[in-house]
Amino acid sequence: MIEILQKAAAANGLVTAFAVVGVVVLLSGEISRRLTLGRVHGSAIAIVIGLALAYWGGKVTGGHKGLADLSLLGGIGLMGGAMLRDFAIVATAFEVQATEARKAGLVGVVSLLLGTVLPFIVGATVARAFGYSDAVSMTTIGAGAVTYIVGPVTGAAIGASSDVMALSIATGLIKAIMVMVGTPIAARFLVLKTPRSAMVFGGLAGTVSGVSAGLAATDRKLVPYGALVATFHTGLGCLMGPSILFFATKALVG
Amino acid sequence: MIIYGTALLAVCHLLGIFLGDVLGLALGVKTNVGGVGIAMLLLIFARLYMQKTNRLPKLTELGVEYWGALYIPVVVAMAATQDVVAALRGGPVAVLAAIGSVALCAGVISAINRTERSEEAPIATPTLHTNPLLAEAE
Repeated sequence: MIEILQKAAAANGLVTAFAVVGVVVLLSGEISRRLTLGRVHGSAIAIVIGLALAYWGGKVTGGHKGLADLSLLGGIGLMGGAMLRDFAIVATAFEVQATEARKAGLVGVVSLLLGTVLPFIVGATVARAFGYSDAVSMTTIGAGAVTYIVGPVTGAAIGASSDVMALSIATGLIKAIMVMVGTPIAARFLVLKTPRSAMVFGGLAGTVSGVSAGLAATDRKLVPYGALVATFHTGLGCLMGPSILFFATKALVG
Repeated sequence: MIIYGTALLAVCHLLGIFLGDVLGLALGVKTNVGGVGIAMLLLIFARLYMQKTNRLPKLTELGVEYWGALYIPVVVAMAATQDVVAALRGGPVAVLAAIGSVALCAGVISAINRTERSEEAPIATPTLHTNPLLAEAE
């Protein structure tokens, strides 16, 4: 019996994923209502449970794709992969009020630039403090602090070593996780109330995954505004990382 | 037909990704530049145009809104597929760099959002959430 069930689940990966995620969301809703009296949003709890499951999956299988490395749950990889994620993000744009989006144009650009340069400076400085003092390593780790895609793209372009690349990806991942989990908690401090504030947040916090998950757990209506700006973050980072930022670092440390 | 909405979404998505790749190529970077953002803009314009010309029946809207409502579950699945083990193995450099940049950015976000708080109206009234699919997603 169990075998037949396993076969059915493995052969219908995406369908299994829908069921599993549904159960996780249901559980999170109950936890939110009963244990936190609704104070912590159910989506935030669901994302933390997702990350915990990813840790468990990674430990059990030794793979790099979290829960998706378990053959039974391979469909989670498809459901949470770039294709469906982007499809769903684009769909949220359907709710965007065009007038609101236009209002935040300039502030969006400014926050995008700040959101690329500031994390880079912090990342590169920390790298130097820990002995990664050559321009290539500093740039790669600094770029990782922008997003976990900008890091390896920049590192590959300027010829960083693989351990520095891994470190750079890890930096970006931890940042994304912190944004996902921390945004609902810090929502009041960040003044995340209006579409404009969500766009500022999207530009400065970077990582589409962190921004969209963080906003989803804070106020679903804000997701499209944040994602709209954040989506340019990786592109801008990949553009500036191996060029302006690398040259600037090189000029400073030689 | 509900498929019209989903197809509209798919066309905007593909066109956006394509334009993002072209933009990336033109700029000489090996990545997609703002493809998803371009797709979102296309969808916003498509909706405005179709609303104006009265070609957007409720069922077509539902074909898009269903996917928008599935957004949070998709994010949960995405979280479940992150390489959390590797992220935590990175040690103090990765953790400190991440904490530092997040803290700095949070401060700047807070500062910017506080400056123009007064002239912002509260978030637009959710007139679009007459749709039960979306009301439930909140």
